[in-house]
Amino acid sequence: MAKVIVVTSGKGGVGKTTSTAALGAALAQRNEKTVVVDFDVGLRNLDLVMGAERRVVYDLVNVIQGDAKLPQALIRDKRLDTLFLLPASQTRDKDCLTAEGVERVMAELRKHFDWIICDSPAGIERGATLAMRHADIAVIVTNPEVSSVRDSDRIIGLLDAKTERAERGERVEKHLLLTRYDPVRAERGDMLKVDDVLEILSIPLVGIVPESTDVLRASNLGAPVTLADSRSAPALAYLDAARRIAGETVPMTIPGEKRGLLGKLFGRRAA
Amino acid sequence: MTKVLTDTRSIRIKGRSFLALVLSPEPPLDAWLTRLDDLASRSAGFFLGRPVVLDVADLEIDRAGLKKLIDELGQRNVRIMGIEGGRPSLFEPGMPPAMKGGRPAPDIEIPAEPTVEPVGAASAKASASSVLVEPQAARAISSIVIREPVRSGQSVIFPEGDVTVVGSVASGAEIIAGGSVHIYGTLRGRVLAGSVGNASARIFCRRLEAELLAIDGVYKTAEDMAPNLRGQAVQLWLEGIRSWQKDLTEPAAGQHTGAGRWRK
Ligand SMILES: Nc1ncnc2c1ncn2[C@@H]1O[C@H](COP(=O)(O)OP(=O)(O)OP(=O)(O)O)[C@@H](O)[C@H]1O
Ligand SMILES: [Mg+2]
Repeated sequence: MAKVIVVTSGKGGVGKTTSTAALGAALAQRNEKTVVVDFDVGLRNLDLVMGAERRVVYDLVNVIQGDAKLPQALIRDKRLDTLFLLPASQTRDKDCLTAEGVERVMAELRKHFDWIICDSPAGIERGATLAMRHADIAVIVTNPEVSSVRDSDRIIGLLDAKTERAERGERVEKHLLLTRYDPVRAERGDMLKVDDVLEILSIPLVGIVPESTDVLRASNLGAPVTLADSRSAPALAYLDAARRIAGETVPMTIPGEKRGLLGKLFGRRAA
Repeated sequence: MTKVLTDTRSIRIKGRSFLALVLSPEPPLDAWLTRLDDLASRSAGFFLGRPVVLDVADLEIDRAGLKKLIDELGQRNVRIMGIEGGRPSLFEPGMPPAMKGGRPAPDIEIPAEPTVEPVGAASAKASASSVLVEPQAARAISSIVIREPVRSGQSVIFPEGDVTVVGSVASGAEIIAGGSVHIYGTLRGRVLAGSVGNASARIFCRRLEAELLAIDGVYKTAEDMAPNLRGQAVQLWLEGIRSWQKDLTEPAAGQHTGAGRWRK
């Protein structure tokens, strides 16, 4: 059965688009049909990170407004034939996304894909609430710093209130993805500790992605970091996270520390 | 000429009660405003978007003075929705209306049906839809239990009684309770206990990291709190009921609040 994942954060620039592309490619490599959907209308980015910017003809807004059919707007990845992109429009603004239109597109995507991954815009406005609206699973991307953690907390509250699942009295499955984690700064104590973030947000941890130049290098190449160099540290973290989202049990590692140390933290539930 | 009504439906008028914050200024007003600014600077946006009633019952003030006061508050983004305890001669058109009959307890309609037996406690889920607990639905309820963390941006407003949270209260979240507040987790946000005039209300939490605390209107911001209470399991209560109006001038920690460690 199709699963809709929203990659969201509240705060901007924490790594949502990077994570959407990396997790999308990782899930598609499992031979499961995956589409990444860019909800950042007006500031689209996912096409660049996926290296598909020159192949965009139609976008999400065209499909919603009936100017194009869904198959016309979907772009198949050149490296993985199970991976697709539904790009956002760069020229329109967020008001072009209507609740009914998004619902229709999501229902149609569910018929054709195993995983539908929605890259949310920053903020808590319309674009972000529409991106989370139909989610079964939320990946909350958080950097280990106070403002990012507080914004994530706010988003978790919205996930419990403004989603279809919440309105049906069900829950959205929530996963914390800690990104841009810098072992050196963590050692020095000028970043929040993994434990502190988990204590504040009290949702299970799905992965810790280290700060790494491999991410920038991959995005310059126009490839998800999991495809650009699957042996790099961020790629390994994303590959493990994708396996956990798919339901596997994989021991957790904190970048810079010995493997398995954090195993006890994985799957930790709300206090 | 008589007007012909084409639509004969009657206008629907309903009564509804809301919880408002009541500000009671004290002379000298300049000094009081300075203290208000101080509170606002440490707790930015506290009054923003909230209904605020000005209580002038104990204040010697004339019409010009009242206008100036409303103006001063307006400049601080405190919007007055009504004035309580003012002589009729104080008012002029354009001022917020006079309000009467404010009660420390919420206004509850007299039920048409036979009274329900009081229930000691009930529970509510903290999905944001039920975060603002409707007073009507809570007629016979004296406490609610929130079974999950209260997230940043959420408020739990329960003027009828006690609030228990099984989980943490995040930075940027708030609990406003008519009675006591019990938090089985870390308190990082704001708690206003005894908010409808209950000086015996208490605040309990497993770990104190609060941004703002108030019992019966006596405020403590994070900066006012005794540093040795931070990170501790605490119980907080008011010590001199009469001291509440003075509290803003006396930020010394521990003066009006006491703390005791919880026994495990
Ligand atoms: N693990 C990482 N290491 C180093 N740089 C990273 C990492 N993750 C993301 N970045 C960089 O941070 C920047 C922001 O990332 P990204 O665009 O994925 O964030 P976003 O949350 O989608 O931003 P927005 O809110 O603007 O949509 C990019 O330049 C990206 O290359
Ligand atoms: Mg982005």
